[in-house]
Amino acid sequence: MEKHAGEIIYINGPVVKAENAQGLKMREMVLVGKKRLIGEVISISKDTATIQVYEETSGLSRGEEILSTGSPLSVKLGPGILSNIFDGIERPLLAMYKDGNAFIPEGVGLVSLDEQKQWAVEMVAKEGDYLTAGQVYATIQETSMIRHRLMVPPHLKGKVVFAERSGSYTIEQTLVTLEEEGSRHELKLYQLWPVRQPRPVAKRNPIGKLLVTGQRVIDTFFPLAKGGTAAIPGGFGTGKTITQHQLAKWSDADIIVYIGVGERGNEMTEVLEDFPEIKDPRSGKSIMERTVLIANTSNMPVAAREASIYTGITIAEYFRDMGYHIAIMADSTSRWAEALREISGRLEEMPAEEGFPAYLPSRLAQFYERAGDIETLGGSGGSITVIGAVSPAGGDFTEPVTQNTKRVVSTFLALDKALAYARHYPSINWLRSYSGYVTDLKDWYDENASPEMLELRAKLLRILQEEDKLQEIVKLVGEDILPDDQRLILEISRVIKVGYLQQNAYHADDANVSLAKQYRMLRVIDALYENAIKCVKKGAPMSKVKNDALFYKITTMKYNVPENRQEILEDYIREIRDYYDGLDKTYSKGGARHEG
Amino acid sequence: MRVKYLKLDRIEGPLIVLSGVREAVFGELVDIEVNGSQRKKGKVVQIDRDRVVIQVFESTSGISLGNTSVAFTGHPMTVPLSRDILGRIFNGIGEPIDGAGFYSDKKYDINGRPINPVGRRYPRNYIQTGISAIDGLTTLIRGQKLPIFSGDGLPHNELAAQIVKQAKIAGAREDNFAIVFAAMGIKHDEADFFRKQFELSGVLNKVVMYVNLADDPIVERITTPRCALTAAEYLAFEQDMHILVIMTNMTNYSEALREISSAREEVPSRRGYPGYLYSDLASLYERAGMIKNAEGSITQIPILTMPNDDITHPVPDLTGFITEGQIILSRELFQKNIYPPINVLPSLSRLMKESIGEGYTREDHPDLANQVFSAYSHVQDVRSLAQVIGEDDLSELDKKYLEFGRQFEQKLLNQGFEGNRDVIESLDIMWELLRVLPKEELNRIKPEYIDKYLK
Ligand SMILES: Nc1ncnc2c1ncn2[C@@H]1O[C@H](COP(=O)(O)OP(=O)(O)OP(=O)(O)O)[C@@H](O)[C@H]1O
Ligand SMILES: [Mg+2]
Repeated sequence: MEKHAGEIIYINGPVVKAENAQGLKMREMVLVGKKRLIGEVISISKDTATIQVYEETSGLSRGEEILSTGSPLSVKLGPGILSNIFDGIERPLLAMYKDGNAFIPEGVGLVSLDEQKQWAVEMVAKEGDYLTAGQVYATIQETSMIRHRLMVPPHLKGKVVFAERSGSYTIEQTLVTLEEEGSRHELKLYQLWPVRQPRPVAKRNPIGKLLVTGQRVIDTFFPLAKGGTAAIPGGFGTGKTITQHQLAKWSDADIIVYIGVGERGNEMTEVLEDFPEIKDPRSGKSIMERTVLIANTSNMPVAAREASIYTGITIAEYFRDMGYHIAIMADSTSRWAEALREISGRLEEMPAEEGFPAYLPSRLAQFYERAGDIETLGGSGGSITVIGAVSPAGGDFTEPVTQNTKRVVSTFLALDKALAYARHYPSINWLRSYSGYVTDLKDWYDENASPEMLELRAKLLRILQEEDKLQEIVKLVGEDILPDDQRLILEISRVIKVGYLQQNAYHADDANVSLAKQYRMLRVIDALYENAIKCVKKGAPMSKVKNDALFYKITTMKYNVPENRQEILEDYIREIRDYYDGLDKTYSKGGARHEG
Repeated sequence: MRVKYLKLDRIEGPLIVLSGVREAVFGELVDIEVNGSQRKKGKVVQIDRDRVVIQVFESTSGISLGNTSVAFTGHPMTVPLSRDILGRIFNGIGEPIDGAGFYSDKKYDINGRPINPVGRRYPRNYIQTGISAIDGLTTLIRGQKLPIFSGDGLPHNELAAQIVKQAKIAGAREDNFAIVFAAMGIKHDEADFFRKQFELSGVLNKVVMYVNLADDPIVERITTPRCALTAAEYLAFEQDMHILVIMTNMTNYSEALREISSAREEVPSRRGYPGYLYSDLASLYERAGMIKNAEGSITQIPILTMPNDDITHPVPDLTGFITEGQIILSRELFQKNIYPPINVLPSLSRLMKESIGEGYTREDHPDLANQVFSAYSHVQDVRSLAQVIGEDDLSELDKKYLEFGRQFEQKLLNQGFEGNRDVIESLDIMWELLRVLPKEELNRIKPEYIDKYLK
């Protein structure tokens, strides 16, 4: 397969050029030099090919040879992906560590899934069956949580002329042979797929299911949808990674693909250390069993950073095609865009905004387009939700990556430096964030939470918006001068902010909150507001309306009412009613006397 | 015999270009001889057929198209290392400059290799610095990279020296603790200040310095931190030592990178800095940490000055995106005569959450820190309101917040250069401050801790 296809004449960081390279194709994967570094052809002119190299190029010399592989940059899709961690081009970091070397060695070559491991395969296909693309020919219990379905690759179909018996196999063994119009295709335990090409689906479905994340500000106010897209922009230290980790831990997707794109090594280590210990609330199994990690940390080669998000989304599509719901997180898409910029710069392309290449917007759009709620070729339902962190330079949202991302995503979770400084986490700004899915999800909320949920959402958002306007006045004159109904808005907003929007990722009872509990908490806050405003209107003084003990109790309910005892919140509502009924009585009498 | 090339094509700032080269390796070290006597080193940064671009360390002054010979070594730049580096001073390319020679047959590529995330150990042990604002609110963790963001004229050097002097690293003994100091483009008196402080702290024989001063060659500013970090990796991961790396000043470093990039006519991104500044800085900062098969650790305290105190400038901005938090010095606090003038609100230690609280510092620490942050952030709002309506017209509650703010700065922050507090002492001061506020305001702390500690 590999054949000589030119010699190196130019080296500049991750960019290499080869001459006598007429045989190479655009986007073909090549092996570069004696160390057989992995690269990809990114432009061809006459007999010269330009190649981006996914490994460190120090040590390469002029004249070393380029080997052609004949195929585009592809990933192996098969069992062994789950619970694993790969680099940007799907090389297994766990296996690379096996020899005890903490540093990534040079010239690892083209390795990906474990070829030695025996998998217990249960055959589905029998000789004589006729299979089409996407149909399942065998299954494997890959982890105790996920059954891996081996599917006929897209574009293939045929009659089963050979089928193995169920048993133990390695990934290179042939399980099924298909025959169609005289040609035969062997199906093994894996398939190859070019990362830059979306895997085909039967059709796209409209958005209609909430991706439940357990994060109050998201599920209640700025929901994500299964098959939808979201961006989390924010300056450094505002909480993008923690939010992504929270989503990876708690959201009700079947499988999580987490891509660390040019970020910290320790953050991947943290996931590797923590996730095996965390139990999925639905299945009780360790969440690592449904997680795939892709890591191109900030000190790993920059070209592989560019490839890593495609590797990740291709893996996501493969599991989606089995009929699963996938959530994919990319932290941070800005590093991907910068990798694009760096390579573009070395190619001396004409830069557009801030040095980014002119094709940045289209590349971003193409990536997010691979999200969706779909019907698979095999006829089942699946989805991919894409959630990208964005790291705007200087925290300025007008820069090109944030702006171009904003154009293509539907949920925008704007992180706010001022909130982060005040340790209001997650620092999602409730005035600048939005979700385009609220209407699409209305039926879902009606059925799965309550028809009242979105009404409460709208009401609380209005209170917060009003508070924002009032704050402008408060900044000039202080709070005491405001009329009582407006002061109540300020007090209730405080409860919403501290007691509801703030959510501590490190608190056992607060890290993940069910939709049912979210709804109950909303009702508590609503009861507080409705009962209090009634008394304010009757003329009760603020000192009585804002009962410190009661407000404190509601502000801290998130810590004191565990998930399995959420009925207690009904007692809170009773307590609120009792208190304000008492107050109401006093002032109804008092009010009457006053009038008389 | 190695081939020597005797004619250059071009000299451009720190770069020389020569053609007709038969064999060159990307990234390799080259030996340069000027006028048959003066020796310099360089590095291959671009190969284009037989044309090779070389970045010259030291400087290109004195080089002409015809007086220079260039020989390719075939290997990357290395530094010799052994335990004997402790107590020694080297220049930015790893040559001793303290009067004595240095030899070791163990030579290490200064670029290192990226650590496999699987091979890392997540840092989980705090370092007591004796400084309340750090220990209490932005706790430094062994193996963390925690930079100081400062401004010209602010006491970042004092703070770094105080940390070196007072740091107590859990698990470190006299014989397995050392300091690696990388100076990039700093002034002579700053370098002297550090040397003197190390001497006063009695650690001079445990410090290894790689020094590139303001009047030293700019290109060596790029290799200085790489030599230093290679030494740190050797000490931490081969000799199992706990290493504190001070790197100053990262702004000078980045400016050197910009200068070289512009000489190479690369497409600039923000403010003329090269598009790869992020990756380049990451290739330094990511060399902090701990690995599974070694006992040692590398804790980095890079220092940078923000031009015009602007935190959105590319150097602090990109640093903040890579490091695990930051300690920010404030000119306003400095002018109020508060030392250390740490602005705690934008300061952050990302690794503290796993390494404080029960079993580490004290159970109440996370909640307590959270509450103090939230209260001090409210102080800022109250202060701006007070400027508009006057202090007297503030509500009773807001007046208490003002008082809290005053005490916070005086009692907690302002501990002085000699002040060295136990972490428990720092936590107790934080409780003392909270006593100024009504109890209902303390909604970030578990009630049981309030009962127990708010005496
Ligand atoms: N939900 C949360 N609960 C508690 N703490 C949080 C939460 N979100 C963020 N934090 C705090 O904020 C710090 C920074 O968060 P994070 O690392 O996610 O920032 P980031 O936006 O990813 O920054 P960068 O762009 O530099 O990677 C965390 O270390 C943690 O201390
Ligand atoms: Mg992050």
